[in-house]
Amino acid sequence: MIVREHRSLWGDAWRQFRRHRLAVTGSGLLGFIAFATIVGPFIYAVPADDINFKIALQGPSLAHLFGTDQLGRDLLARCLYGGRISTAVGVAAVLVAMTVGTAVGSLAGFFGRADGPLMRLTDMFISLPGLPLLLLVIMLFRDSLRQLLGPVGGIFLLIVLLVGLLNWMGVARLVRGAFLTLKEREFVIAAHAVGVRDRNIIFRHILPNALGPVIVAATIGVGGAIITESSLSFLGLGFPPDEPTWGRLLFEAQGFVDTAPHYAIFPGLLISLTVISVNYIGDGLRDALDPRRSA
Amino acid sequence: MARYLVRRLLISIPTLLGISVIIFAVLALAPGDPLSQFANNPEVPEEVRQRVRDSLGLSQPMPVRYVHWLGQLLQGDLGFSYATRSSVTQLILQRLPNTLAVVGVAYLIGIAVAVPLGVFTATKRYSVFDHVATTLAFIGFSVPSFFTGLILILIFAVQLRWFPFIYDSTLTVHDFGSLVQQIRQSIMPIAVLTFIYAATLMRYVRAEMLENLPQDYARTARSKGLRESAVVRRHVLRNSLIPVITLVALGLPSVFTGAVITESIFSVPGIGQLLILSIVNADTPVVMAVTFSFAVLVVFFNLVADVLYAAADPRIRYS
Repeated sequence: MIVREHRSLWGDAWRQFRRHRLAVTGSGLLGFIAFATIVGPFIYAVPADDINFKIALQGPSLAHLFGTDQLGRDLLARCLYGGRISTAVGVAAVLVAMTVGTAVGSLAGFFGRADGPLMRLTDMFISLPGLPLLLLVIMLFRDSLRQLLGPVGGIFLLIVLLVGLLNWMGVARLVRGAFLTLKEREFVIAAHAVGVRDRNIIFRHILPNALGPVIVAATIGVGGAIITESSLSFLGLGFPPDEPTWGRLLFEAQGFVDTAPHYAIFPGLLISLTVISVNYIGDGLRDALDPRRSA
Repeated sequence: MARYLVRRLLISIPTLLGISVIIFAVLALAPGDPLSQFANNPEVPEEVRQRVRDSLGLSQPMPVRYVHWLGQLLQGDLGFSYATRSSVTQLILQRLPNTLAVVGVAYLIGIAVAVPLGVFTATKRYSVFDHVATTLAFIGFSVPSFFTGLILILIFAVQLRWFPFIYDSTLTVHDFGSLVQQIRQSIMPIAVLTFIYAATLMRYVRAEMLENLPQDYARTARSKGLRESAVVRRHVLRNSLIPVITLVALGLPSVFTGAVITESIFSVPGIGQLLILSIVNADTPVVMAVTFSFAVLVVFFNLVADVLYAAADPRIRYS
């Protein structure tokens, strides 16, 4: 008798993922950056807002590993602290996008009547000019939300909601496509036949099978959302000056590129490394979760 | 084909109307007074303020204002800038050539670099060159444009002093010397956009080539004795480029919005920089007009992409 090791879908995916060397490196790097931003400020006890003009704009040294900014504040501490906001915005915005996208896609794919109108809506959102509209809405609503929820909470909510609501269309299309093919499959027809309710067919039978591409899109989406947030902060329209997100740090470093290049390089490198890691992980997940590719 | 075109054109009208409603609604629902600087000035008496609002049509109900705005828009009248008092249409037309020059050149160079690179890396898969090129492409589409831009400034303007730090917008090209100057100051913004664009496009070309190289029709071409270079050029490349054409057209609007950031790093006086300046100045008519122009660009190039796709691929029927 042949005894075979039990293999699950996720076990297979994990095995496949580990073979993608760059994805594994990316996961390690991202894990390190995430750990550093979450735990770092507790270990690295230099305050992020300690002003000291005597040491303004100094390059990296033993006392200040990343150097200092124009007010003599420690750049490493600021980068660590700012990384929390940048990554939190990225993850939260993608959660919004995935929720909206999955909802729209499932409804359109499962209920034929909703398909036409929902897909028209999706097409219209695809045609919206993302960045200009984002800038416009932030300009108009920033102040009132700030009064309502405080300087950080207001802009956080605004950016997360906006980036999420402008990026769900790809997921909606993916999910709809998966639903259209899956709902004709035997196991779904069988579920209908034994009287499973629509809601359970959607959540228990179809959605788990459509999850692979959504996870890949979500991963890549985090990278995109981090870039969008940094772009907004870089244009001076994101978080307020005392919240040192990576984009905000670059915005301020812009004026000192000639005298203090380290000021721009460190936050820029952090954004780039984070996004590159996230994208490589997405690449690895795509290979791991796509059954056509696994050997 | 003509019928397909007309139908496709008709579909884009409701899309544009929908976008115009969204943009208008965002502005209309926004808290705060569009004339805030004016409104907060205590020296302006209430009745004058009211007269200004009436003359700008701000006291009318929302749907009336929307129809009015749309009517003017259709006549090509985008209103007047609050900040400079000049016509918005003129402001945009003044700056459009700069954006078109930077974006257009970057786009063309990007395509010219990306297609051969994509073909070459796909045919020489897993070679050292392939690894280097795909890694560079990966970096190119992951690293944000503002960081690439700052790095270029740091290396080529600050350290090497090859190119000027800041774009001189007053420069007019009238002789050979000023032409050289214009080219020198355009190189860095163009390079940033080219890098990102070529990186994205190369990945697509490579993936499409890899998809097509092992196909049956390619094997047929090889087995009838064609040289590999002819198989690649005449059969595989032509089939691989069909989806790429769509991407080239679909990517253009995002290159325009990408130019917003690039223009503001290098202070290129294009419509992207106009957008940022108007947002800082709360110059609503200009912001609205630029945003809507971007929307028109997106819809227009979606149309172009669909038509090109239908024209390039005989398997697609115009129905």
